[in-house]
Amino acid sequence: MSKSIDQVFVNAKQWLLSCLAGSPTSVVQVVSSLINIFALLAVFLTLFALISVLERKILARMQNRYGPNRVGPFGLFQPIADGIKMLIKEDIVPARADKIVHFLAPVLIAAVAILTLGVIPYGRNMTLFTIDGGILFFFAVGSSTELAVFMAGWGSNNKFSMLGAMRAIAQMISYELPLIITVLPVVMVVGSLTPGRIVAAQAGYTFGVVPRWFVFTPWGVTAFILFFVSGLVESNRTPFDVPEGESEIVAGHMTEYSGFKYATFFMAEYIGMFAVSGLAVTLFLGGWHAPARTLEFIPSYLWFFAKLSVLLFVYVWVRGTLPRTRVDQMMNFAWKFMLPMAFTCIIAAAVWHYTGRGLRGWLWSLVVIAVVYIALSTLLDTRRKFAPRVYRFAE
Amino acid sequence: MNSAALIIIAIVTLAAALAAATLRKLMHAALSFAVALVGIAAFFFLLGAEFVGLALVFIYIGAVAVLIVFTILLTRRDVGEGRGFNWGGAIIAVAVFGGLTWSILKTQSLAIVAPRMPALTVKQIGVALMTTYVWPLQCVGLLLTAALIGALILVMEEKR
Repeated sequence: MSKSIDQVFVNAKQWLLSCLAGSPTSVVQVVSSLINIFALLAVFLTLFALISVLERKILARMQNRYGPNRVGPFGLFQPIADGIKMLIKEDIVPARADKIVHFLAPVLIAAVAILTLGVIPYGRNMTLFTIDGGILFFFAVGSSTELAVFMAGWGSNNKFSMLGAMRAIAQMISYELPLIITVLPVVMVVGSLTPGRIVAAQAGYTFGVVPRWFVFTPWGVTAFILFFVSGLVESNRTPFDVPEGESEIVAGHMTEYSGFKYATFFMAEYIGMFAVSGLAVTLFLGGWHAPARTLEFIPSYLWFFAKLSVLLFVYVWVRGTLPRTRVDQMMNFAWKFMLPMAFTCIIAAAVWHYTGRGLRGWLWSLVVIAVVYIALSTLLDTRRKFAPRVYRFAE
Repeated sequence: MNSAALIIIAIVTLAAALAAATLRKLMHAALSFAVALVGIAAFFFLLGAEFVGLALVFIYIGAVAVLIVFTILLTRRDVGEGRGFNWGGAIIAVAVFGGLTWSILKTQSLAIVAPRMPALTVKQIGVALMTTYVWPLQCVGLLLTAALIGALILVMEEKR
């Protein structure tokens, strides 16, 4: 019974394809891909609508106010109202803008964000795009976001847009290093770049209780935290929303966009957030595996989305709690702290692997990480050097 | 199906390459160049060489295209303006094309029919890189690290 519920979506797709029995393989392939794309868009655009209203609700709760509560029960229909508003808004293109580039930037950024969602396993047998180097695909496609942001900034022909794009690319390139390097220990330990294999490697329980998720190893939890922070930066969200700092440069690369194009940027940001969180779940939180043996009757995709929701809540929580960071502090943090720590994760994972993956390996990798962490925090401690701030480019 | 895909990819790639060579605005040319690179990556995908295609997208779109765009933006004042026809560039392009065609036609390997090979998995490539080709890999790594440190030294703040 629980098995058929677990596979209900897979079986539904098989049933739909069986209606096409007898038609040429190329038709079946195309229809199969179309079903996948439709399912992906339906689920994640609904999730986008839901999270946009939930985020406002949660932020409102944190700031001791009500939040949207006029449209529908508890304001749940707010995204529909927002969507209609965005659709019928006037689309303004600046007269001196580079029309083609200005138009293509939101298209590219949304396409890239949606493409990265394809390689994540959402449940047992539920990877939409099975590819040998899935992790590589995720980052290869994801790295095109920088070009899209640049196109938005340059195509707008506006100095705030250009500044925002420059800031965005600077921070995205800097944080892409720790983002990718923290994935390496997992890839090393599993020995595969396929997301499905990585999830499969996290099945089972140590001592019959603790699930074998990588987040329960010292290197895993360090890599997970680093990955999550880098993911925050990559999706340009508070406290790392320097590229669109409203108080400084209006809205960064999105300044000259209005109506539905602006909504597309907004959507791409959230979809990118889903993709990075989904990858974090896949790599460190055991993917669609249940956290205990007694809970395995709950379908795998529900576990995936439960874990995803927890991570998304943390995103909102962080946004409601922390102020925006300063550009130079953020860059220093990336190059002086995140990068060495990410490399340490690789070494700690190797130590864990070669000391037998047991309790001994667990303790040794903890020692490696603790030593580097303490050394780095002592080295980077600036509390002793309080002095008036020196400005390089201003009096 | 495959031949149709091949023709579509070829048209897109060639059109983008032509646009990169002829468009009047430098920035448009750089962006069309990126599209041409995506087309080449698509060729690799079509041939079953996923890893090479992904590496191409990763390096050329994620890094080289951004680098080119930035270089244009930071070094030239006439970003938005047009440019004249570059005869020197045309001569070099024709020379490179001629040289490549000549060397391809001269090789023996065209005559031999390639044996049917099973598609390489990423794992096999990784194993080969880490065993047979570990020294070249390490040398490249060292070179890139040196380049990174060199770039850091170039932009380091001078002590007054």
